[in-house]
Amino acid sequence: MTVLAPLLFNLRSQGVGVGMGEWLSLVDALKLGLARDLDGLYGLGRSLLVHTEAHYDAYDLAFQATFAGVALQPELKEALEAWLSNPEMFEGMAPGEHDFEDLEALLEAYRKTLAEQQERHAKGSRFVGTGGTSPYGRDGKANQGLKMGNGGGGRSGIRLASERNWKNYRTDQQLKVRDFKVALRALRNLAREGPEALDLDETIDKTGKNAGEIDLVYRRERANRVRLILLMDAGGSMDPHTELVSRLFTAAKETKAFKTFDHYFFHNCVYNWLYRDYENLDRVETGTVLRELTPQHRVIFVGDAAMAPWELFSGAGDFGGPGLSGVQWLKRFSERCDAAVWLNPDPERFWHHPTVTAIRNTFPMYPLTLEGLRASIRKLRAPR
Amino acid sequence: MSFQRFTGATRYIADEGLRASVDAAIALERPLLVKGEPGTGKTLLAHAVSEALGMPLLTWHVKSTTKAVEGLYTYDVVQRLNDSRFGDHDISNIRRYIKMGPMGRALTAEKRVVFLIDEVDKADIEFPNDLLRELDEMRFYVPELDETFEAIERPVVIITSNAEKELPDAFLRRCVFHFIQFPDADRLNQIVQVHHPTLDKDLVSAAMQRFYALRKTDGMRKRPSTSEFLDWLTVLSRAGVDPEVITKSFPYLGVLVKQEQDLEMLERRKRRGYY
Repeated sequence: MTVLAPLLFNLRSQGVGVGMGEWLSLVDALKLGLARDLDGLYGLGRSLLVHTEAHYDAYDLAFQATFAGVALQPELKEALEAWLSNPEMFEGMAPGEHDFEDLEALLEAYRKTLAEQQERHAKGSRFVGTGGTSPYGRDGKANQGLKMGNGGGGRSGIRLASERNWKNYRTDQQLKVRDFKVALRALRNLAREGPEALDLDETIDKTGKNAGEIDLVYRRERANRVRLILLMDAGGSMDPHTELVSRLFTAAKETKAFKTFDHYFFHNCVYNWLYRDYENLDRVETGTVLRELTPQHRVIFVGDAAMAPWELFSGAGDFGGPGLSGVQWLKRFSERCDAAVWLNPDPERFWHHPTVTAIRNTFPMYPLTLEGLRASIRKLRAPR
Repeated sequence: MSFQRFTGATRYIADEGLRASVDAAIALERPLLVKGEPGTGKTLLAHAVSEALGMPLLTWHVKSTTKAVEGLYTYDVVQRLNDSRFGDHDISNIRRYIKMGPMGRALTAEKRVVFLIDEVDKADIEFPNDLLRELDEMRFYVPELDETFEAIERPVVIITSNAEKELPDAFLRRCVFHFIQFPDADRLNQIVQVHHPTLDKDLVSAAMQRFYALRKTDGMRKRPSTSEFLDWLTVLSRAGVDPEVITKSFPYLGVLVKQEQDLEMLERRKRRGYY
């Protein structure tokens, strides 16, 4: 284990939440001799420690960081593989000895084992140094030519890891309509369609009227009541994000999980009018939309929230004439509806802007990424 | 310690990673969760494992209305009530009205079986959680009979998911996970060899070029996958299409592309002279 611990820490620093359960199952698998060389370890580790293809890339990076140093030094690699193919190493452990409460306990035990076994596994402890601290700097090319293990034509773990085949599956980078849909569908659980249940009272009633002839009455328990409103900024500074926003829009439109779905566009901020369609000037008064909000409504704003301060704070922001200022309109939304969030397609590092800050004070703001959307939906499910 | 290893089946090409995952699942007696694009052979994997290990296969096709307990057993209370009114059946034996579901059959089988839970993500979001205990302990309790059924031989459990819904963490933690990547050209060639060993090489390579180009097309709603490609090859060879023709046009496109919008989009691109 001493050899492998850096992999655990590298994974966690890559944001892959490997828990003790997974880690111990890897130890169990090693006891069974399921990985006899570095390649085997790569595949085995991935299938046990990672639960989504979105983390495959992070796993590759962590594996590389841990073992690239080892792979480059033949004697280290040999020792590692000898260690892997000799599962008896683990047998000495009494059952339950590795039932660590949490990560700290593991760390402590890890340090202790390290000290105790200094002599027997001289090389083992070196792995920790070599593998654990080796930087990410081993780029793909440096390892391309390496042929390791005895896979007979198979591609080696380190090489596979360095190819980064899974980059496109990372959820923090690629967003497809489908991903949005999956995330949005989680909203439905707010009031999920109940299963058909026997309505006992009604059944007894009906059966009585039927002179004892049994008449079963079923009833749908809870109906799906969630209504979604999507309000999208179509302003000039949103142009670079058009594609992304349109994917979210498509996903919301096609997700049939809501009782109603409405969408409106606005420019910079919400003023007197909201537009269903800018080109055809199909518009509706913001007040009407506000009045029709029910407790079942979930409101998602999408916009970069960055504008000239007067566009948000003065009543002149709307070209349609005098009225409430943008921020006042937003306040009205937040007063009418608890379940409202703001999704911002700009990365969080651009959020230090006076109007962004003002809007963040009104609505919880999340980045328009899959992670952000998920977080916002958790918020919508439990607004307070 | 020895356990059965999976080396692929006669009609199924499994790469090393997949084989390792299957082996790990068998050895650790954990469910194997397989994800991947539709048509990359997730369900077929269970058939291949069952064939390779010589174990019978039991399948549970999950639907949106499926409830966890149905997989274990159902108690047909309405039938019993009906029977009681006519008195022509013995209703004192509850066992007559308890029917084992697919999972119940897998757990009570005399021999070790491969148990496939197909498209687990179709069901309600809580569905996988409801199965956690049964999958962990491989036994279940039937309150109507006051009896616990325990697996004599822990089945090899394979679960497929199309990622329609997210699966709960607690469930994921108990599974061995594998994502089937879309095969690269070499692997696809192997797969074609297994299914159509006698096909003309030129035809296959021309078709493959077109196929990968199609998959790379931007904006496709449903990209064609392995199974559609194999169907397409069958059609092409039965119709005796010349490989030359395939490099210039797209015969029998409907076999590959099934979504109306995709077909329309390809048609538009064609008019603009993309291919």
